[in-house]
Amino acid sequence: MSTGSADLLSTARALRAELGEGLHDTLVEALYTDAARLADRAVTRPGERPRFDLDRTLDRLLTSRTWGFPIMGLLFTLVFWITIAGSNVPSSLLATLLVDTLHPALKSGADALGVPWWLSGVALDGAYLATAWVVSVMLPPMAIFFPLFTLLEDFGYLPRVAFNLDRLFSRAGAHGKQALSMMMGFGCNAAGVVSTRVIDSPRERLIAIITNNFAICNGRWPTLIMVSTLFIGSAVPAALAGVVSAAAVVGVAVLGVGITFVVSWALSRTMLKGQASVFSLELPPYRPPRILQTLYTSVIDRTLIVLSRAVTMSLPAGIVIWTISNVTLGGASIAEHLIDLFNPVGLLLGLNGVVLLAYLVAIPANEIIIPTILMLTVLSTGLTGVGQGAGVMFELESGSAIKDILHAGGWTTLTAINLMLFSLIHNPCSTTILTIYNETKSLKWTAVATLLPLGLGFAVTLTTATIARALGLV
Amino acid sequence: MQETPVLPKPDALSSAGCATCPMNRHLARLGVNVDNWDYVVALAGNPNTGKSTVFNALTGLRQHTGNWPGKTVARAEGGFEFGDKRFKLVDLPGTYSLLASSVDEEIARDFILFGQPDVTVIVADATRLERNLNLVLQILEITDQVVVCLNLMDEAKRHGLMVDDRRLARDLGVPVVPTVARRGTGIPELLQAVHDVATGAVKLRPRRLRTTQNEALDKAVATLTAQIEAAFPGLPNARWVALRLLDGDASIERAIRDGSLGDLSRGERVAAPDERLRVAEVSA
Repeated sequence: MSTGSADLLSTARALRAELGEGLHDTLVEALYTDAARLADRAVTRPGERPRFDLDRTLDRLLTSRTWGFPIMGLLFTLVFWITIAGSNVPSSLLATLLVDTLHPALKSGADALGVPWWLSGVALDGAYLATAWVVSVMLPPMAIFFPLFTLLEDFGYLPRVAFNLDRLFSRAGAHGKQALSMMMGFGCNAAGVVSTRVIDSPRERLIAIITNNFAICNGRWPTLIMVSTLFIGSAVPAALAGVVSAAAVVGVAVLGVGITFVVSWALSRTMLKGQASVFSLELPPYRPPRILQTLYTSVIDRTLIVLSRAVTMSLPAGIVIWTISNVTLGGASIAEHLIDLFNPVGLLLGLNGVVLLAYLVAIPANEIIIPTILMLTVLSTGLTGVGQGAGVMFELESGSAIKDILHAGGWTTLTAINLMLFSLIHNPCSTTILTIYNETKSLKWTAVATLLPLGLGFAVTLTTATIARALGLV
Repeated sequence: MQETPVLPKPDALSSAGCATCPMNRHLARLGVNVDNWDYVVALAGNPNTGKSTVFNALTGLRQHTGNWPGKTVARAEGGFEFGDKRFKLVDLPGTYSLLASSVDEEIARDFILFGQPDVTVIVADATRLERNLNLVLQILEITDQVVVCLNLMDEAKRHGLMVDDRRLARDLGVPVVPTVARRGTGIPELLQAVHDVATGAVKLRPRRLRTTQNEALDKAVATLTAQIEAAFPGLPNARWVALRLLDGDASIERAIRDGSLGDLSRGERVAAPDERLRVAEVSA
């Protein structure tokens, strides 16, 4: 440092001491006065102000203490109901095309060409079917859900949600902007973790990162929607089935938000002690959403990108599933050995070995949980006459056939409920774990963010299973 | 300062004829391909003013935009070619001020100060002009090379506001271009203004506060400014540095100590510190 610089700093220090307190305020005030004067000169309001200010009226309603939360619940239930009801038909059309028609054609084509059985097994029964399943199950709901969600976002609703949740977050010792990163997490947890960058305090940012996983990402929606439709929707009259299944899915999502608060609260009192910092949240003006633009960005930017990730992940997973189901050791396949190994713990948790193995195989992509479970169940129960054989992923035509298989695998309503709970509360997918590491550059916090939800998931399912057993429900 | 300050001609910039002017055919959106740029353009503005939309309109990228503050959390870069010049466009985080009270504000300020962009485009919300001008005035203290993009003109109209962009341009001393970025309205005029400021085709006379209405403070600022100008000849914003020092700004003190302010006065670009978002330092 030159002497000139040293002089400069000491002069500045001396002058600052001379001027005393309140300097910052004087500067800011001078700035604001000037800005106000300039704005006043440039802006004119010809005529009267509009008598009815739509923005203000909407804000009063959407962020009202009484109506804010019910409206939030209604809006999201509506979005999920449209998603569930709207994706049934295109999903089954796609499944018919890709799985029921194209797959047998490819198989017989491969046989005719003399492709060895193991190659067509790995490529067609493993990789192709896994991919086809993911496409037919995920594409329609995503193509409906993402545009709807983006419309809400474009319109300006999400900051109002953040506003509503802010009080709860600050009571939990977390940053109010965590509501925004949580919203992103409902699309994709990896994106949610990245979006925690809007939080300045490192302590609050870590809380937001660790709890982001409790926002259900799109990879988990199909699992929840399907299990809810089969086991919960079917328990009520058909006319109500759609609404009740949607409500159950929303219920799990709301539970996730609740867990976010509880875990944030616990973290801010133990590992990450501190006060919630104050911030100002701007409620942006409502803007009429641009429908076409929204369709474009949500189809290209979200749906296709998420789908391509799911497909890339399900290819190797399909190969792994086929392989562990077809390579035998001592008379039983590797998969069967693993299922036997996991069964005691799984049953204790009100799940089973198949579910735990499926979650192990599906770490790269939550999307393939259901097909993996179905395939492994068929394998372990030795059911015949369904699907296409050992280690072959498949999609069944009707929900009742899936339910029959799961019943044969020892499934009860408790298994279904606990699967939904475990789907909400378990370790993040590998992409999210990697993102957490990239964002924190800390193995310790990555491990906490990975293992904390897993441990919590075990604890919660163990509790519900124990209660159900104590009440004699299973 | 320049001897012959020429006021920008907002009437020429916003004329409808520009849309059909052959000059505009030169816009080539370069996406993320920004090698060999001639000029660096920084994009600043309050959160939620349509900054990302302007960024996308200029670069052809489709960075996701959302109607909430804080959507752009990292610096995004893109490029475009206009009038035979290649521009690198850097989208800074949206901020309400540049007082470096948050990471976002520090990133934005460091880039404008040390990155020395050839032009800084400030996207301002026409419906909330006063609050947006706070940021504009702060940026004008740091750099002369500014174009104000007065966005959301349609919203202003919807709210019954009439914004006189010509008067604003005269008051601020820099070009002011009214736009509706989501429909592409005013983008050709914005490009022309950026081009003209970058190439020096228009000379600017930005508004700078000369007094703080506080005699003791004004005297202190004058003393310190003189000393800064002596220590760092050629520094374009000595008065602003003086104010920051009086305000006890730690990062400016650091810049003086480690010599990066000295580099700046010699007209060198200083790499803006990146990777400020690490949180691993938090101890349990």
